[in-house]
Amino acid sequence: MFLQTLLTGVAIGGIYALMAVGYSLVFSILNFSNFAYGSIIMLGAYVGYYSMVQAGLPVILAIAFSIVGAAVLCYINERLAYSPLRKRKASSLYFMISAMGTSIFLENLVYATIGARFYSFPEVLTQQNLEFMGTSIGVLDVFAIVFSAVAIYALHFFLQNSKTGIAIRAASYDMEVCALNGVNITVLIGWVFILAGALAGISGMFLGMKYMVYPTMGWITNKAYIAAVIGGLGSLPGAVVGGLILGVLETFVSAYVSSVVRDVFSFSLLVVLLMVMPTGLFGKYLEEKV
Amino acid sequence: MLDYISGVITFSLIYVIATVGLAIFTGFTGLFSLGHAAFFAIGAYTAAILTYFYDVNFWLALAAGGAMSGLVGFIIGYPTLKAKLRSDYFAIATLGFGEAIRVLLENLDITQGARGLPGIAAETTLPVTLAVAVLTIWVARNFVSSRQGRAAIAVREDFVAAEMMGIDLFAVRLRSLIFSAVCGGVAGGLFAHYVAFIQPSMFTAYLSTQLTAGVVAGGMGSITGPVLAAVIFVALPEMLRVANIWRLVAYGLLLVGIMIFRPQGLFGYQEITWRSCRNFWKRLTGSRAEPAKGGQG
Repeated sequence: MFLQTLLTGVAIGGIYALMAVGYSLVFSILNFSNFAYGSIIMLGAYVGYYSMVQAGLPVILAIAFSIVGAAVLCYINERLAYSPLRKRKASSLYFMISAMGTSIFLENLVYATIGARFYSFPEVLTQQNLEFMGTSIGVLDVFAIVFSAVAIYALHFFLQNSKTGIAIRAASYDMEVCALNGVNITVLIGWVFILAGALAGISGMFLGMKYMVYPTMGWITNKAYIAAVIGGLGSLPGAVVGGLILGVLETFVSAYVSSVVRDVFSFSLLVVLLMVMPTGLFGKYLEEKV
Repeated sequence: MLDYISGVITFSLIYVIATVGLAIFTGFTGLFSLGHAAFFAIGAYTAAILTYFYDVNFWLALAAGGAMSGLVGFIIGYPTLKAKLRSDYFAIATLGFGEAIRVLLENLDITQGARGLPGIAAETTLPVTLAVAVLTIWVARNFVSSRQGRAAIAVREDFVAAEMMGIDLFAVRLRSLIFSAVCGGVAGGLFAHYVAFIQPSMFTAYLSTQLTAGVVAGGMGSITGPVLAAVIFVALPEMLRVANIWRLVAYGLLLVGIMIFRPQGLFGYQEITWRSCRNFWKRLTGSRAEPAKGGQG
């Protein structure tokens, strides 16, 4: 029972971590909360669903399509909704409202065109179970854990070793100095959003397979925001750790207490954490920069 | 038909009350709440439970709804505002708060869970709502021109400078939050006694978003702007009743559009006064406008 709960928690925590990393990545560069991220995840799930069900593609290809689709959408989102604000050097409040507007727009556009119906993925992986040390774990969960780990490691590798990755890390410290050193910030931010979008595609696909695909499924990113705050806003290792902690704790609460108090629990955790440790585990920003 | 029109007006006025409350908070302290529907819900449920189960007088129940909401505002605001966090942290905290309250309402016995409370006495009439709305706007106006309100504006413009001038950031923000929570609670109480049936699914993040949209579109730092925006956003689609879903699509586009093309909001930083209306009219008809007085933006 304990091990089973732990594994389930790690699986959901892995998806939280993916989302939290995508969200933190944008935060670390542009210093605002990208509340549109949830709707990008939702659209990624729809892309995956359609390419799997309508076009009849295998799972791996559907995941690839979902990654590409979400990355493109995330990039377009930046170009249309944030880029003009960035050029004006608007404060982060305006970015946040613009992001919220984007999220309302996308969510309701899907609602108005595709409809509020819940779609479920064909049962490719969901029904099978693996025996592991006396407990059984769903193949989908194993797949989610492995895929999240690989994706996060790939991102880490990219940020550590590629030229763009190094520039992204530099920009997260100081964008202006980074620009002075000859980095094209506009291109760089485009890359950041493409990376965040790719992560959104993966997490959307797994969320869709685990639960269902519907217009408001992006609201689960609330958990990713909480995870990012636990780890410290803007810190990528923090986002991973925060996502795992939140996923595991939540699963334990719903297994041993009740699934009803789960959401109230995550929120209380957030408030308590903000009181005790406002910067989160690995946070670097506390107050607004002057 | 007359009933219908008065219904639409009542409904818009209820929104106006809640929006004015949020305008005081978001528009005058620069903090962004994504969970104001929770205050609306708390007020609605408190007032409804009092009149429904305990036969409390309507006005008393309304006041209790506002008070309860204010109390919760204090409880949630104290830890989150005390730490002087970035506005992002606060927005995320309110987001979680809104959802947590809804989950709580769905699972408490007294609220009858997701089934909701049917058959609440329909006490909210147009004159009642109008009176409360006028009172709210009057109090809000006085608040803004009070010492408190001026401190809040200073905090919004530059909180570092404001703090150096001796303004207690925490107190200003907390008081604004409590004021807006009370407004939200009273609006919720009116709402419950107007529609006569409430259930937790009425108070989702959409409601919070609509309220915030009203404040942003109307202009942060203005009271009359958000009032007008709330009326336009609620009354117009309600009257037209066309494409209810597309209304929210348009909301989203409008928010992004306003941020890009008119970040100060439709009436940003300015109150709609007789003078500004006359100036607007003169500009329309082509004669020269008097110089505007008192505008900051």
